[in-house]
Amino acid sequence: MVENQTEKSSQTIIPFYRDERILKIFAQVISTVIIIGILIWAVINFFKAADARNMNLTFGFLKEAAGFPISNPPIDYEPGMSYGRAFQVGLVNTLLISGTGIVAATIIGTLVALARLSSNWLLSRIAFVFIEFHRNIPLLVLLFIWYFVVFGFVPPVKESLQWPGPIFINKRGVYLTWPRLTETGNIFVILAVIGLLVSIAVFTILRNRRKIIGKDTFYIPISLGLLIVFFIGGWLFSGGTPFQMDIPSLEGFNFQGGLRLTPEFAGMFLSLSLYTAAFIAEVVRGGIQAVDKGQIEAARAIGLSPLQVLSLVIIPQALRIIIPPMISQYLNLTKNSSLALAIGFQEVFAVGKITINQAGRAIPVFALIMVTYLSLSLLTSFILNIYNRRIQFVLR
Amino acid sequence: MVNMTIEQDMIRPPQPPGPIKWIKENLFSSILNTVLTILLIPVISYLLYGVFRWMFFAADWTAVTQFPLLYAVGQYPRDQLWRVGIILSGLFLFLGMSWGRWRGLLKTISITAGLIQLIIALLPVQHPALDMSMRLFLGSGLLVILLGYLIGSRTPIKNTYIIIGWFIVPIFGIVLLAGFEVSKYIPIWISDLIPSVSTTLWGGLLITFLLAAGGILLSFPLGIALAFGRRSSLPFVSAFSTVFIETIRGVPLVTILFMFSFVMALFLPVESRIDRLVRALMAVTVFSAAYSAENVRGGLQSVPLGQIEAAEALGMGNLKTTIFIVLPQALRAVLPAIVGQFISLFKDTTLVVIIGINDFLGIGRSIINSDPEFVQMRTEVYIFMAIVYWIFSYLMSLASRRIEETLGVSSNL
Repeated sequence: MVENQTEKSSQTIIPFYRDERILKIFAQVISTVIIIGILIWAVINFFKAADARNMNLTFGFLKEAAGFPISNPPIDYEPGMSYGRAFQVGLVNTLLISGTGIVAATIIGTLVALARLSSNWLLSRIAFVFIEFHRNIPLLVLLFIWYFVVFGFVPPVKESLQWPGPIFINKRGVYLTWPRLTETGNIFVILAVIGLLVSIAVFTILRNRRKIIGKDTFYIPISLGLLIVFFIGGWLFSGGTPFQMDIPSLEGFNFQGGLRLTPEFAGMFLSLSLYTAAFIAEVVRGGIQAVDKGQIEAARAIGLSPLQVLSLVIIPQALRIIIPPMISQYLNLTKNSSLALAIGFQEVFAVGKITINQAGRAIPVFALIMVTYLSLSLLTSFILNIYNRRIQFVLR
Repeated sequence: MVNMTIEQDMIRPPQPPGPIKWIKENLFSSILNTVLTILLIPVISYLLYGVFRWMFFAADWTAVTQFPLLYAVGQYPRDQLWRVGIILSGLFLFLGMSWGRWRGLLKTISITAGLIQLIIALLPVQHPALDMSMRLFLGSGLLVILLGYLIGSRTPIKNTYIIIGWFIVPIFGIVLLAGFEVSKYIPIWISDLIPSVSTTLWGGLLITFLLAAGGILLSFPLGIALAFGRRSSLPFVSAFSTVFIETIRGVPLVTILFMFSFVMALFLPVESRIDRLVRALMAVTVFSAAYSAENVRGGLQSVPLGQIEAAEALGMGNLKTTIFIVLPQALRAVLPAIVGQFISLFKDTTLVVIIGINDFLGIGRSIINSDPEFVQMRTEVYIFMAIVYWIFSYLMSLASRRIEETLGVSSNL
């Protein structure tokens, strides 16, 4: 009976509209035709429009003179220079704001997370309010509050606020005291870098050696000692003064010296890092809380010191959970730096927009902007993913 | 005897800590904590004092209180406001019905919304925007909600109809807001009754909600489609979906907004014109869909293979397995992430200011810039905007937490 049935079903020919193999090929063809059709339709429309408006699709305009000013360019720039150069200025600005923002957001976020986990109720509540405030308002509103409200109401140059440091805050920006290299400072920097490389190399070699021979090779004190020797050597060779503190001072109508942050940069930097810090704080808190309590108790039971418990047990395990969401927060921060356009800080997107308005090359400029952001995103996630892979569990 | 009493003591549940014990444990548990507390108390009191003094005595809220209608609907013609009123009443009716059916957080939201409107209606102040008809309308909000509640709790109306209502009201609302131009296809009495209102006149919270709601409703199905596309065994479909998702996730929303508002026109036939609000909506939708797709994909991966095999063994087809077995489990697993995505979409709608659309934030900015006197009140205006945005996103995250609790899924952060 059963045999009969199976024979029967294998003999009946499946109609082609129910045969999965044929259906798959059919779906493939249909979807390909639809997608390619839409693309071709769009491209044809585009060439029609390009013909009608006499559009130029080459990147030759990058060599033409830009003609628009950029306030406080981080690298040499004048309006007479090319569009390509202006774009580079924008790129450096984007990298500056995202780089400093990522560092600041990570530090603030970690501190807030630790405060949130504190056993002190008041401190934990303050951290909670900080997180909930920043997570629930749009970044653009936060940016406007910092830029238009806070930096909008700071006093003019003559009545600058002075903070210890000294830091001066006025309508023209924030002036920080900043260490600058003296003439002999290069020697110090070179020796310091060499010392750093040598001590890292010694550290790695000795640590691996310890694993092989099974005896302590004192890798931490030896590499630290090397580093200090190189630093002191550099200090002495440079004549004792590798750095000079550059203190801003009021001369005439303006401050001279020091490191000047424009209100645009300061506003963008503060809002971006505080906003992202709130998200990072939640990531870090989640990571720390996810470490099994038994792990900590076990570490204490085998006699590790509190510092060792933190550095050998809690942090490595928490990092595993923290790193992947942290990557996406860093990517968000980099992409959100494009909001600087709204307050006139000239990063990649803002420069691109001015270029479109002036040169009218919407397509090449947009291609350039998108490629820039895509490669920034890919680069960030590539670097962090390598790091992530190194610290994840190795499954054997 | 002694042993007995000890056991009885041990059985008793631990007493909740008294106030003094609580203070000791949470504020003065160690020397460091004591120092921290003593340092923090004056700082917090000083800050709170400063904030309250500023809010009630120093701040001048004229720029906020003078233009309630501008903040709400922008330049929408004042004699056509009844259209907004009808949509709001429709939403309130369904809010009440949902409250009657599902209770929970909806009760708080419904009653708060109705009461706030009632309080505004009864405010004993003279204000040009608050005439008799406006007061009557605002006061009726609570009644409409209660009517909805009665329908939802007392009549056997199907759950599906209530959910469909939530979709129909916005669609119907957009048609009603836009109105009809005079043309031969439309009866003349309709275009007389609801004449066309250009989207350039729309603004304020109306646009913010329209973009957020439209973006959420449209991006969700698109995101599901993209997620299935990426997992599809058809190489072309999966390659296309992957490139689409990764490109959009790799660039900022501002880029997408500019693409849609300035560059897209080049890729369409010359004679076609798409309204700028629709272009902004498309940009927000596409952007959010790429992120939703990744969330949904995570959910799809979490559905155990056994579920699909079991469904196949029961003789369910591919489509049935997907709709009734895979998708419900997948969406349930990633619901918190999806709601989180919606919250960020709501916040991201502010970016349309950059392409010149007057959403809530945009209206605030133009009010500030309209008068040198208001420029001095920008603190008040921006603080007001921050509070309004904060309340809505906080409500959404509160709702998401409730859903998590009822579904028994927890966000993996």
